Amino acid sequence: MSSALQNLVNQPYKHGFVTDIETESVPKGLSEDVIRLISAKKNEPDWLLEFRLSAYRHWLTMVEPEWANVSYPKIDFQDIIYFTQPKPKKQLASLDEVDPELLRTFEKLGVPLHEQKLMTGVAVDVIFDSVSVTTTYKAKLAEVGIIFCSFSEAVHEHPELIKRYLGSVVPTSDNFYAALNSAVFTDGSFCFIPKGVKCPMDLSTYFRINTEGSGQFERTLIIAEEGASVCYLEGCTAPQFDTNQLHAAVVELVALDSADIKYSTVQNWYAGDENGKGGIYNFVTKRGLCKGVNSKISWTQVETGSAITWKYPSCVLLGDNSIGEFYSVALTNHLQQADTGTKMIHIGKNTRSKIISKGISAGRSSNCYRGQVKVGSRATGARNYSQCDSMLIGDRCSASTFPTIDVQNTSATIEHEASTSKIGEDQMFFFAQRGIGSEEAISMIINGFCKDVFVHLPMEFAVEATKLLGLKLEGSVG
Amino acid sequence: MINKDSRVVLEVKNLKAEVAGVEILKGVNLTVRAGEVHAIMGVNGSGKSTFSKVLAGHPDYTVTGGSAMFEGKGLFTLEPEARARAGLFLAFQYPVEIPGVSNSALLRLAYNTLQTERGLEELDPLEFDDLVQEKIKVVEMDPSFLSRSVNEGFSGGEKKRNEILQMAILEPKLAILDETDSGLDIDALRIVANGVNSLLSPDNAVVMVTHYQRLLNYIVPDYVHVMSAGRIVRTGGKELALELEARGYDWLKEAA
Repeated sequence: MSSALQNLVNQPYKHGFVTDIETESVPKGLSEDVIRLISAKKNEPDWLLEFRLSAYRHWLTMVEPEWANVSYPKIDFQDIIYFTQPKPKKQLASLDEVDPELLRTFEKLGVPLHEQKLMTGVAVDVIFDSVSVTTTYKAKLAEVGIIFCSFSEAVHEHPELIKRYLGSVVPTSDNFYAALNSAVFTDGSFCFIPKGVKCPMDLSTYFRINTEGSGQFERTLIIAEEGASVCYLEGCTAPQFDTNQLHAAVVELVALDSADIKYSTVQNWYAGDENGKGGIYNFVTKRGLCKGVNSKISWTQVETGSAITWKYPSCVLLGDNSIGEFYSVALTNHLQQADTGTKMIHIGKNTRSKIISKGISAGRSSNCYRGQVKVGSRATGARNYSQCDSMLIGDRCSASTFPTIDVQNTSATIEHEASTSKIGEDQMFFFAQRGIGSEEAISMIINGFCKDVFVHLPMEFAVEATKLLGLKLEGSVG
Repeated sequence: MINKDSRVVLEVKNLKAEVAGVEILKGVNLTVRAGEVHAIMGVNGSGKSTFSKVLAGHPDYTVTGGSAMFEGKGLFTLEPEARARAGLFLAFQYPVEIPGVSNSALLRLAYNTLQTERGLEELDPLEFDDLVQEKIKVVEMDPSFLSRSVNEGFSGGEKKRNEILQMAILEPKLAILDETDSGLDIDALRIVANGVNSLLSPDNAVVMVTHYQRLLNYIVPDYVHVMSAGRIVRTGGKELALELEARGYDWLKEAA
């Protein structure tokens, strides 16, 4: 690999600072007592404590999944802090009461919390370690009946909605990490778009892990009623620590008749250093239920961070004519490992799904697409199109694809395409010979490779994603 | 066109270079003045393609001796992209495919990079489209090629025409054509040659690397050089190429 390419890939992580802020944590480790303590700290109703305890009891019977194409030392679940929050813990009436250190942290991350400084037209819920710090534009959204608040707040303000939908898409027993999350989740975002309402602005959650040794277990629940639509964005960063941190989130989406949910993620958790030391274990369960007829759920993800990513945003296409989409760019460098993809479960008639996955591997990383397309016996006329492309940069990385297709209805149409390409020295020399420097060349090649996905990102996110990929790859081609 | 008073574009003295520890160029001398067309001929392995790649700065090759001045600057002190921006152009023997990057995006980025280098205004996509629609006539290409990925799925002839289109856009001071005639049928050869001829001016120069006399019927050289075992062993006018065509290269080996 040429040195120019090396340098290009090896850009340092820019969000690795730690905020010096007084925090309050529960002791390390996991037990029923810890769960009761978390629940009590959050002043939760009994039914939610029961939900947690039953998930915990089920989790105790489960084993960690080992089928993913990733390897890491066994996680000691007793060595994790399950709840950390900045002090003081009191209900904040306005941003003026937020610790100025926190405000500075988010300014630095490019997420200013004062509404007047915000990106116009995006409401943000901000999660710092285990709790939601603030939610902007809440009042404005409430005018049209939209509820957008932290999960904890929703538990108290809208218990009937939480009770009805929590765990309805991802049951507590779904998988090891979803069960763990259900037992110990601390906060997250809740979003409810009532019947017929098109959300007037993009909604966004920004996640930040700050405390060393703590895990982040957030829960996101988005419900779009009949004819409603919403565009939701998620961003994440974490400081640089030498130890690995666990992030096990659960995201549930519910779309009723003719509802439309578009969920976009730019994931930039700390990935560890070039020798694979430190970094986030990103073990996330994301699933959307197209419950109503003509509903649509679309996932777009740009995964660039985390030491290990284990994540399969999926769609259950229950309603007739419903549509599921998955657009993904996953970039790995150094010793990062990603095992990511999607599941499209066709249950209703004439359901359609589309999968576009772009994997980019550099350094000594491993990047794997794992997908499942399942067509049930009742899903007459179901259609799926899948395209999985891999790009290799350098000769020490790997890319794999594990597509599974399971069809039980003869009228289904399934298409699958895959390709592998490589950024080689000859391409870089060609660009140089036309006067174009290596950074611009790589960015051009990568953007060309990813454009089928980037077009589905909201404008600001697309710009950010493009920059991020450029930074991540600095020095890696050669 | 030979004009002894015109400016020296390229002056190579006693150039030695190796690849993977093997010396390929063993002392090449060449002077190219503005307005001139040079042909470098020779058998496979004589060092012709190596010479063009060394001038362009391919990272696989190491210069071990000698010097090259390009437009008054020491060529080997410049990075490959700086050489290109200074006006050195290499039309590749095997143009690479760049999936996902459209021809027009590449051309515009290359053109604007050069404009910035020259202290001139960049062109926006619409202005650039006007320019490129004009230039594409030079190589008789269909405008639909502009929106396709660079060289992806192009035939051999289309790839070579695409190289000449890039040359037309970048207007280099020195264009090195590395076996641009290889793999071309007679129509494509004529189109490529016409394109190159239309770009020639008293201010620029062309060095063609080729096996065959055939190309020289279309682009008439002022000088023909024969390369053998890493050196230029004979230099003559265009009639030298005809002699080579008739007699082969063997008789020159003794001369070397």
